[in-house]
Amino acid sequence: MLECHWSVEIYNHLKAAGVRQVAYVPDAGHAQLIELFQADRDIVSTVLTTEEEGIAIAAGAWLGGDRSVLLMQSSGVGNCINMLSLAVIGRFPLLMLVTMRGEWAEFNPWQVPMGLATETCLGAVGVRCMRAEAPEALVETVRSAAKLAYEADQQVAVIIGQRMIGEKKW
Amino acid sequence: MVSDIGEAQSALGRRDAVAELLQQRGDLLVVSGLGSPSYDVHAAGDEAGNYYLWGAMGSAALVGLGLAQACRQRKVVVITGDGEQLMGLGGLATIAVARPKNLTIVVIDNGRYGETGMQLSHTGLRIDLARIAAACGFADVRTVDTLSEVSQLRRTMHQDATGPRFFVLKVTADVVERSLPFRDAVHGKNRFRAHLGLPVS
Repeated sequence: MLECHWSVEIYNHLKAAGVRQVAYVPDAGHAQLIELFQADRDIVSTVLTTEEEGIAIAAGAWLGGDRSVLLMQSSGVGNCINMLSLAVIGRFPLLMLVTMRGEWAEFNPWQVPMGLATETCLGAVGVRCMRAEAPEALVETVRSAAKLAYEADQQVAVIIGQRMIGEKKW
Repeated sequence: MVSDIGEAQSALGRRDAVAELLQQRGDLLVVSGLGSPSYDVHAAGDEAGNYYLWGAMGSAALVGLGLAQACRQRKVVVITGDGEQLMGLGGLATIAVARPKNLTIVVIDNGRYGETGMQLSHTGLRIDLARIAAACGFADVRTVDTLSEVSQLRRTMHQDATGPRFFVLKVTADVVERSLPFRDAVHGKNRFRAHLGLPVS
């Protein structure tokens, strides 16, 4: 398991914010957060085959009264673009936590194009990006993004810089 | 039960099928996929417990999943088309793994893309969605092409289940007059949440 104490803080905050559903595609950067949610019997965790499924689940969850959060890697953002129409045009609260690849000590060139395009694509379709590069800033950013999403009906992606996740060890 | 050739040879009309399915619906919650299924659901009666999609192709079944997971005490039915469901095939695996007991997916299958000029879809070219859902592990999978069978599905849909259900209704490829619901997604959301007694912002 990664030594990411910020995962615990984010988990605690999202619980306090009333999150009831979490959807994710497995990701090394989110591994600890996913484990925390999976172990929580009050949270419904949904594992996805592709990230855009989570946009639809978040909308359905909100229709039924549940707050949710969607976890993915930057490559998954590209899969979501048309589906984000649903969140944007319906003003469905949407909180996405996106771990970056392709931008800091990346060894895999295939991660680079989508890494470069992540924030541009999200902005282009109408999703607000809030970037954090350090754990303290990340926790505050998630807190702010959650309020914007759940209380101001915004679609927000918290962009977690790859520098914070650390180099992938092989 | 499952035709060798995918193209619909059914005599079942889509409007009759959906009207039958939503008869005496009680507190059923309905999500409809873009295009004709949204018109069919609207034609069967505009209700606050309906959420009509007009886009986000491939999302309908998964909007249903999020809703079903939020409202465990309510039955949720997604009514969508073959083309819409084909765009979200992976979602069938996601739903089968999540295994909600209160979710039924109904595919109105005419084997064609009605909105774009009736071109054949993959179900019109021999892909069988019901077999895919069965392989994923849906608890109850059926393909029907008569009104009396739809009537049976309606009764089943209101009963408790051990897992998600997946029903394919083979319908004729006739063009029917559009019955257009409102297109304002925010209005639909607020109306739906108010119907459930939830705060509307």
